[in-house]
Parts: sequence; structure tokens; C-alpha cells
Amino acid sequence: MKQIKGINDFMVKFANVNGTGSASANHLFAKAIFRMGIPVSPRNIFPSNIQGLPTWYEVRVSSKGYLGRRGGVDMMVCVNPQSMEKDVASVAPGGYFLFDNTKPLAQNLKRDDITYFGVPLTEMCMREYDNPRLQQLLKNVVYVGAMAALLDIKFSILKDLLSDQFKGKEKLISSNVHALEMGYQYATETFNCPLPIKLQIGGNVAPHILESEHILMNGNTAAALGAIYGGATVAAWYPITPSTSVVDAFAKYAERMRIDPGSGKKNFAIVQAEDELAAMGMVVGAGWNGARAFTATSGPGLSLMSEFLGLAYFAEVPVVLIDVQRSGPSTGMPTRSQQSDILAAAYASHGDTKQVLLFPATPRECFDMTVQAFDLAEQLQTPVIMMSDLDLGMNDWMSPPLEWDDNYQMDRGKVLDADGLDSAEKWGRYLDVDGDGICYRTLPGAHPEKGAYFTRGSSKNEMAVYSESGDDYVQNVDRLLRKFETAKDYVPAPKTHPPIEVKKTKTKLKLAALFFGTSASPAYEAVEILADRGYPINTMRIRAFPFHENLDRFIDDHDLVFVIEQNRDGQMRQLIMNECQIAPVKLTSVLNYSGTPITARAIVRQILESLDTKSADIVSLHPETA
Amino acid sequence: MSYIKPKFRHPNLPTNALGFTVADYDGAISTLCAGCGHDSISAAIQNACFLSAIPPHRIAKLSGIGCSSKMPTYFLGKSHGFNSVHGRMPSVATGASLANRELTYIGVSGDGDTASIGMGQFVHLIRRNVNMAYIVANNGCYGLTKGQDSATADLGSVSKYGSTNPFDGIDLASLALLQGAGFVGRSFSGDKEQLEPLIRAAMAHKGFAFIDVVSPCVTFNNHLGSTKSYTETREHLDSMPLDFVPMREEISTHYDAGTTQGVTLHDGSVIHLHKASSDYQTDDRNAAMISVQNAKDEGRILTGLLYLDPNSQNLDQNLKLATKPLNEMGKDELCPGSRVLNSINEGLR
Repeated sequence: MKQIKGINDFMVKFANVNGTGSASANHLFAKAIFRMGIPVSPRNIFPSNIQGLPTWYEVRVSSKGYLGRRGGVDMMVCVNPQSMEKDVASVAPGGYFLFDNTKPLAQNLKRDDITYFGVPLTEMCMREYDNPRLQQLLKNVVYVGAMAALLDIKFSILKDLLSDQFKGKEKLISSNVHALEMGYQYATETFNCPLPIKLQIGGNVAPHILESEHILMNGNTAAALGAIYGGATVAAWYPITPSTSVVDAFAKYAERMRIDPGSGKKNFAIVQAEDELAAMGMVVGAGWNGARAFTATSGPGLSLMSEFLGLAYFAEVPVVLIDVQRSGPSTGMPTRSQQSDILAAAYASHGDTKQVLLFPATPRECFDMTVQAFDLAEQLQTPVIMMSDLDLGMNDWMSPPLEWDDNYQMDRGKVLDADGLDSAEKWGRYLDVDGDGICYRTLPGAHPEKGAYFTRGSSKNEMAVYSESGDDYVQNVDRLLRKFETAKDYVPAPKTHPPIEVKKTKTKLKLAALFFGTSASPAYEAVEILADRGYPINTMRIRAFPFHENLDRFIDDHDLVFVIEQNRDGQMRQLIMNECQIAPVKLTSVLNYSGTPITARAIVRQILESLDTKSADIVSLHPETA
Repeated sequence: MSYIKPKFRHPNLPTNALGFTVADYDGAISTLCAGCGHDSISAAIQNACFLSAIPPHRIAKLSGIGCSSKMPTYFLGKSHGFNSVHGRMPSVATGASLANRELTYIGVSGDGDTASIGMGQFVHLIRRNVNMAYIVANNGCYGLTKGQDSATADLGSVSKYGSTNPFDGIDLASLALLQGAGFVGRSFSGDKEQLEPLIRAAMAHKGFAFIDVVSPCVTFNNHLGSTKSYTETREHLDSMPLDFVPMREEISTHYDAGTTQGVTLHDGSVIHLHKASSDYQTDDRNAAMISVQNAKDEGRILTGLLYLDPNSQNLDQNLKLATKPLNEMGKDELCPGSRVLNSINEGLR
């Protein structure tokens, strides 16, 4: 049998039962690889359940630093009998399968093209520990010990991590270290360690990774820190997976960093609302009254918040919403990742509305863009929605460290205080003095005589006086469109990458790929694979809506543009078609909407298939390239 | 019906402690139907703010949607206002009050806006004890959509179209009592003598203050058979009169000893309750609930200060909110800086 080989390049998947403490053991495994300086990307694929259902944890190791899902499993660690049949089947030929052999493996689970490693996890833990909870928890640590031997993880790093994790709880440290050692010793004595797939410090790791000081963090924590650093003072929210940890983390940091040293009182307010409607209402109220306020939610919450997003758009109230996207409505897929709120967010609410969207692709960007979202919301006096997703928000990503410029000043936008009102020649809430569609707002309580106005939806004139005149309405909504144009210069520009040199090109078409958020990592990887195969593809990563004018030009410059995203209907493609002057035939969707993040392999396969079938049509559309 | 508000005011209008006249608390001309109870409530709010000498610009007025929610346009033109979305004013008011705890917040809502679409937000507003005065102009019907029954319409009340309401009405004052509101009052738009001091007391109360005001709809619910018509309301009114003496003013007894009881608010203001027919105790929530229920059973509309807990802990207190308004905080108070961020980075390696 030909075994899979690879130094610092493989995919390990853990199959567990949720609620058994596996997540922290699996995290320990991933973090140890990270501490060895080897690029790693762990992903928790979990059910909407607290205890008893199958859950998986994927750990991708990539010397080149690819952080997206690759697809395929090189080694499976299976401690869940429920899913074992499927788990055995999913291992690539030549791969490896570690299992608990306290009970012998059923005949139907035996394949002759993979290598099995039986470790009597249950038996060892029953023998070593009296406490049933410890028997269950430490089983996970035992297999991490065995994996350390099989893959050559530096044992001292695992020990250090346990000491950090259980700081001050010596008993826990020693029992965990003991479990690790048991697994390690068993594997060393029983198997031929290390395997052909293994880890090596330094080794073939890409130099740009070795030289940097990366951190391992999830996007939700980064966004929460962004809200702290961006000066958010009011957070109103309703618990919903996968966004819950944004406000949890905000609360944790705020309790540490936002306590007034003199009085011990809080320089922030967090309200767990009765629903998402109220959460957004509170944010709108606080934003109207001059506080930096935000909420975090996911798809169903976004639907409920739509009415208020429309009001905030028309009433021109700064609002920051962090949308951590997941799959579809109601039951079933709330713990699975998608990028499927694009259209619902871009056009949130009834009437003519367009919302400002940001698309972070890394935890670092979650941090930076959340800070920027607060500035943008006040500069543009409108909602700003940061479109994260479960994969980015809840999984740990290797990321450049967070950076902060102490010279940063919050940009509160055009707000007239008492002095400003006194020196203004004429003030009307909706007077477009500067011609950029952004008017001057005032805050309640600012001036005894001037600047008071009545905030409404759409029925008003430039002086904020109630009006149902068609002319006033048209003037107002046209100005809002002007403001949206202005926003193009404020929001983050897309990122383009120079094309990869291809020696012998197999296509005459000028190809490009557009993507955003968590589709970016696997997309960059896929583009490199395709370049190797003779297909040069230029890339643009979209970072915001409204789209930058470069987007139009970029699409114009190519014959065929793949739009890579994680939803069924190609929502970004539709948004581009809607907002840019683009012939739909130029844009081809590359999609994954299964709930697990898109893989580089899936992107490569879809692009190659598409090139096979599409080239002829496209060539006939563009005679000059034929 | 007039469509221009006269600008002329008597040159010798009395001034309040701040030197403002009542005209300084004026709003735009009302576009509600002539004789609408809501206009009397607007006038009462305007006068209450004048009498209590609150600087107009330090008041924020918020509303939802409906005839009631148009009202804030018609008083306090020098105050910021927010006509939000239907049934959601409570959340907007909550956020606004968190952003700046120093302003006085007046929420104006209706029976549709509060008892139907806004019921969820209303009870949670009470539960959180947001520091604001919340006034419901209650006419038992939907005015702007032409007279449908609302959820507060009484059982057996006949609509303008002749149908009899088969459902029991939601009693918002009882609900507020049950949910733990620290200040619950009920009044009648036609009873200025009672409504004004009640509004003043509600604004002085440091927490959520609820006033249910029966406010007849002259166009759609003022006919024979309606339980919320002017005639019907006046006939069944069981009014407990009161006075409000703000903290600044020396308390002088206007009433014979033994006929009033005084309730002191947190800021030192005093509410004088004139003893009516009963020995009503405003500090007994359970008794208040029984009194309201008994009155209902007997076909009386019990109005006045129904319950008061001057020491209830409001949201700002429960959240341990800093004294300085959140909307005035800057980088120094809010941004931990690069050194702290670097140490966070360290912890993530």
C-alpha cells in the first residue's frame, strides 16, 4: 500500500461526540502545531446541540500557509462509533485511521488501502481514573498524546500549553500531562513513529510565515476587540449562533478595559434584548443620541432587524451591525457556515435602500474593519454591516497580529455642537451643504435654541419639517443615492493580486476570479493550483459594498470572471450584475453551499469544468480573443 | 379647522424658574382631528414641562407610529424628537437613554402601538426600568387606519361600524403594575387638573413612569355604545386628584390637614394626593392591582397615581453606568491603546 506522505502538509480530522470535552483537546493539538511555527487552520464542524451528536474538528497543516479548507482527509482520529462508517469511508487512499480499539473494529469498517492505529483509549482511562467525568475527558487528551508521537509534535510544547490553560490548577495540569504521556508512550511502543505525514519545525515552511509573528484567534473575538478600540459604548444583542461570542468577548474585554478607575462604574452598556428587533432599536436609539453602538447577529436576526435598518437608512442614524453568517432559517443548519446574507443585507428593508457592507477575510480584518465600521457609520450617518461568517467568526485563524496606531482619532462625522450651530449660517438637518450627500446632524441636548429637529422615516423636507410632497421625497432619496456614491471613496478598496507567471498557457481567455471573506483563502490556493496547470487567473478580493469603480474596470479587462462564494444563488454575482454595467454571461458562479466552508479543490474542479463547457461560448462573444 | 398657529403671545406671559414662557414649549400646529383627546395630552405635556422648568433642549421625545405618535411634533419644538417605527419606540428610547443619561425622556405611544405590535417591547421596557415617562394616549381604536378596534377596546364596546367587541381589553395599567413598574398612573385627557401634575411627577421619577391616558377619538370612537367616548369616560370617571410640588418649591399646604397625603420622590419633589372616597395607598402594588380590577368590575375608570416606588433601581443603576454620559466619552475613556493590544497579541501566540 502506498501511504500518503507529507512534511507539514496534511489534513487531520477528528470525529467526536459533542459535549465530551473533545473541542479543547483538539484545540490543544492545533495550538501545539501553531506554536511549532507551522501554519495550521483548525475548523470546528459542530451540530446545533449541546451533548450527544457527532461533531468533527478539521486541522489543516500547510507549509505554504494555505488557511482555507483543502478538501479530503489524510488522517482520521475517530472516537465516535455513531459516525465511524462514514468517517472510515472519507479517508483518502493511503491515509491513516486512529480509533479506540477497546472494542474490536467491525469487519465492514476495514479497508485495505488505509493504515489503522488502534489505541485502547477507553480501557486505558477506565484503568487509570476513578472519576467517570475524567475517564471521558482525558480520553481526548490520550489520543492527542498518541498523535504527538505519530506526527512528531514537540512534547514540551503540549505540556506548556496545558500549564497555560490550567494555570494555578496543578492537579489538573498533572492529570492532563499524565494522559498525554500515556498516549504518547503507547503510540511510541506500538507503532512505527513518526508517520510519513509529520511535522517539522522550520522545515519547508514558507519564509514569509517563519519571519512573522502570527497570532491564532477567531474573528468574533477580533471584532469584539475592534468594538472596544473603535469606541463602542452601547451593545444591544440577542443570543444567536454563530454571533453570540462577539458580544460575549466584548463583555469580557469591556469588564477589563472599560471600568472607570475613579468610580468603578462602567464606560459601556450591554443589554441583552428581548429579540433582534429590540436589539437593533436600541442601537438606533443610541446612535441617534451620539453613542457608538453596535449589535451582532446572524441570518434570522438580520431579517428581524431589516425594518430598523431601513429606518436608520432613511433617518440617517449611524449603526454598526456585525452579521456572522450561517445557513438558512430556523432549525437544522445554524451551526454551519455560509455567505448567504449578501442580498438581504445589501438591500435590507422595504423601499429604496442600499446598505454599506464590509467583507473581512481574516481576524485581523475583523478587528480593523470593526473599528472602521464605527467611523464609516458616523461619517456616512448610515448603517454599516460587517459581513463575517461562522467559519471566520468561530474558528481560530492564523493571523498577522492586531495593530493599533495610538494617534487614531475617532471620526465622528458631521456633527454640529453648540458652537458649530452658532457659527453655521443656515442649518437644516437634510441640507446637502457640501454636495456629497452627507448633511450635518445635531445631538439632543446640544443647544438651547438651535439644532432641534424631529427625526422621521421618509416624509420630510430638507429642513426636517414633515412633508408628503413628492418633490421633497425625490430630492431626499436622490441625495441618499449621492451619499452612497460618496461612500465608495470611504470604504476599503478591493485587493488585487498580480497574475502568477504561467509557463505554458492552456487558454486564450483572459481569466479572473472575484471573491470575498472566507472564500478568499481557498480561492488564492486554487488560483495557484490552476496556474500550475496552465490557467493564469487574475484575482480581486472585494472588501466592501458599494463597489469600488475598479471592480467594473477589472471585469471589463477580462473575458471570463469567476465569482467564488458560499451560497446557492450566487448572491454576490447578482449584486455585481445589479450594480455594475456587466453582461451577466461574463460572470460565472463557483459555489459551495453545503454548510461546510468551500475548499480549494472544489474551486479548482468547478473552474476546470466550467472552462471545458464555457470556453466556446465566451470565445464567440469576444471575437477579438478567438 | 385652523392650519396656521398664531405666533402672537401675550407680552406678559408668566415665566418659569428658567425665564421661559409656556410658548417656549410650543410645538407645531396639530394636524389631528379637531377635538382629539391627544391634543389635550400634548397641551398637558407642554404645560408640565413649563411648570417643572425643564430646559426644552434637555428633553428628548420619542414615539412609535399612529395618531398618538404624531403628537410629539405638536409640543416642545425646541426638543429633539424621534418618530420611530410601529411598536418599537421602547427599544429606541432604551438605547437613547443609555447614550445620554442626563436628558429627560418622554415616550408617547398609543394603544395599538403599545398593546398590540409593541407589547413585547413595552413589557421589556418596564422590566428594564428605563428612566423615562411613557404616556399612552389610549382611545381603544386605530385612528389612522380608520377606526378598527384596538387591543385595549373594552369587551362589549361598539365600534363606529356597529360591531360589538367580543374580546376582553388589555388593561395597560394593570399590566404595568404586574410587570413591576415603579410608577403607574392613569388619567383622562379631559382632566387637565390631574394629568398635568401626574406628568410632572412621572418626569421627576428616576425610573420608568407609565401613564395610561384615556383619550377619546372624536372621529371613530366617540359614539353611543363606545366605552371610550367623552361622555362615557366622564360618566364613569373615578378620579383621585393630586398636586405636584417640585423639589425647589417650598411645600405649602393648600389642603386641610388630614385630607391629603404626600409622597416624596427621589429628587425631593412631593406629590400631594387628595384623599377622595377611599384610603388609597400608593405604595402597595397588590392593593393597587385590586383597586384597578375592582373599579373595572364596577364600571368605574379609576384615575390618579396608582402606584409609586420612589426608590426603584433603574437601568442606569442596574448596569452600573458611569455618571458621565456615554455619548460624551472620547478616546481617553474608551480606547485601551497599543500597549494593551500588544499584550493581547502575546496571549494569542
